[in-house]
Amino acid sequence: MATYSTSEFKGGLKLMLDGDPCSIIENEFVKPGKGQAFNRVRIRNLKTGRVIERTFKSGETVEAADVMEVELQYLYSDGEFWHFMDPNSFEQVSADASAVGESVKWLKDQDMCTVTLWNGSPIIVEVPNFVVLTITETDPGLKGDTSGGGGKPATLETGAVVRVPLFVQTGELIKVDTRSGEYVSRAKED
Amino acid sequence: MLADIRAFFQQRDILEVETPVCSRHGTTDPAIESLASRYTGPGAPSGTPLYLHTSPEFPMKRLLAAGLGAIYQICKVFRDGESGRRHNAEFTLLEWYRPGFDHHQLMDEVEQLICQLMPQTGPVHKISYQRLFEQHLQVNPHQTTAEQLRQCALHQDVSGLECLDLPDRDAWLDILMTHCIEPAMGPGLCFVYDYPASQAALANIRQDVVPVAERFELYIDGIEVANGFHELIDATEQQKRFEQDLQQRSISGQPLIPMDGHLIEAMKYGLPECSGVALGIDRLLMQMTGSAHIDSVIAFPLYRA
Repeated sequence: MATYSTSEFKGGLKLMLDGDPCSIIENEFVKPGKGQAFNRVRIRNLKTGRVIERTFKSGETVEAADVMEVELQYLYSDGEFWHFMDPNSFEQVSADASAVGESVKWLKDQDMCTVTLWNGSPIIVEVPNFVVLTITETDPGLKGDTSGGGGKPATLETGAVVRVPLFVQTGELIKVDTRSGEYVSRAKED
Repeated sequence: MLADIRAFFQQRDILEVETPVCSRHGTTDPAIESLASRYTGPGAPSGTPLYLHTSPEFPMKRLLAAGLGAIYQICKVFRDGESGRRHNAEFTLLEWYRPGFDHHQLMDEVEQLICQLMPQTGPVHKISYQRLFEQHLQVNPHQTTAEQLRQCALHQDVSGLECLDLPDRDAWLDILMTHCIEPAMGPGLCFVYDYPASQAALANIRQDVVPVAERFELYIDGIEVANGFHELIDATEQQKRFEQDLQQRSISGQPLIPMDGHLIEAMKYGLPECSGVALGIDRLLMQMTGSAHIDSVIAFPLYRA
C-alpha cells in the first residue's frame, strides 16, 4: 500500500480518506514556535465532489489513492452504463450514472472527455468547457426579429434544453458553455 | 529596517554580539529540529556533527553569565522540517536579553520597538494565556484534561478535527490556539503571557495558584511574531529540563541532540536575573509589507536556495 507523508502534501495529491479517493486543494503548514506542527488541508472528495477540511499531525502518513485522469472517447450508452474508449489502446471502460453526473446532458457520440479513473474504474466524467450540438427542436420564432432579446428554449440532440436567441432554428449547430449551460454562438460543422 | 533596529538598540546602549551558527550542541526541545552539518579536520579527525543553531539563545546566555550586560543579535537561524506560508527553514531572528527585566518589562520594550518600526500597528493588548482561553473558548487551559480540550475543539467552528489523535493536552492547546484563537484575535498587537508550566521551554516557572511559565508571545494581527521568557536561571532545573526533553525525544524516536554542557556550566557560575526575547524578522517584514507568504520577503526561499 503506497502512502504519503505530510511533507509530500501539495495541491493535486490524491489520497484515500474514509474509504473515498480525495484530491488536495490546499495544504497549509501550521506550527506554533514551541509547539506541535500540523498540516491543515482542504480536500475534495472525488466521488461526492464535496470539499472538506482536515487537520493532520505533521509526520503522519496517509494512504495514497490510485487515481488518474485520462482523455477518453465517448461511444454510447446502454441506458445503465456509459461506455468510453481509449483511442490509442482501444481499451474500453464503462461509467455509471453517478460518475457521469451532470455531464450526461452534453455527452455526444465520439466526443473526447476527461475521465478520472480510480483503481481503473471511472468516478468522474468531465466534458469539454465548450461543446457543439445540433438543435432538434425549437419554436420557429417571430419573423423579422433578429435581435433575440428574450430568447426561447431549444432542445439539443443530447436532450439538454438551453435558451437560444430567436433567430436560431431547428437543425442548426450551436456552441454551448457546459459550465453555465448557456448558448455561446452558432457554429459550423468542422 | 535592520538599520532602524540597530539604532533602537544603540540608543539604549545594548551591545550587538555574534555567536556561532554551528555548534557541537543543539536545542533538545522536542518541538524544534536542528539541521545537522559535519566537521572533519584538526580536532575531529573522524568527523563530528555540527548543529546549525535554531536560535542563538545558549551562547548568548553564556555571554550574559560572563557579565556582558544587555545584548542583542540579528542572525540567520535554521529549523528542519519547517516550510510553509509562514515558515522557511532558514530565517532571520532578532534576539535580545535584558538583565534585571521581568517578562512584563521586556514586553513593554518589544512594544516600543514594534511601534517605532510600524507606527500604524493598531491597538495593543496584553492578556494572560488563561484569560485568552476563557475569553475565546470559555475553558481554563490549566485545569482541563486532554479529552475536555478535544471536546472543546470539536465544538468550535472548525471541521476536520474528529480523526485527529494527539499525544497530550499541550497539543490540543496548540490546536485551539492555531485553529480557533489566532484567527479571531483581530488587528493590532496582542501580547499573551504566563503560559502553562508544561509549555515553559526555557522560562522560569512561577508558583501561583497554578504554576505558570513566565513566557510570552507577541501576535500581530493574529500572527505569532515573537517569543520571550523571564529566563530560568537555575542550573539544576535547566539540566533536568534538558534530560526530560531527551527522554521525550527518545520515546518518540527523534534524534538525540547533545545537550549544551557549556550552558549548564555558565548557569552554575551564575546567570543574572534577566528576560530575553526572539523576534522573527521575516514575519515582521510580512506584516509591514502586507505579504501573505513568507516567500515574498525572502529573495531566495528554500526551494530556490
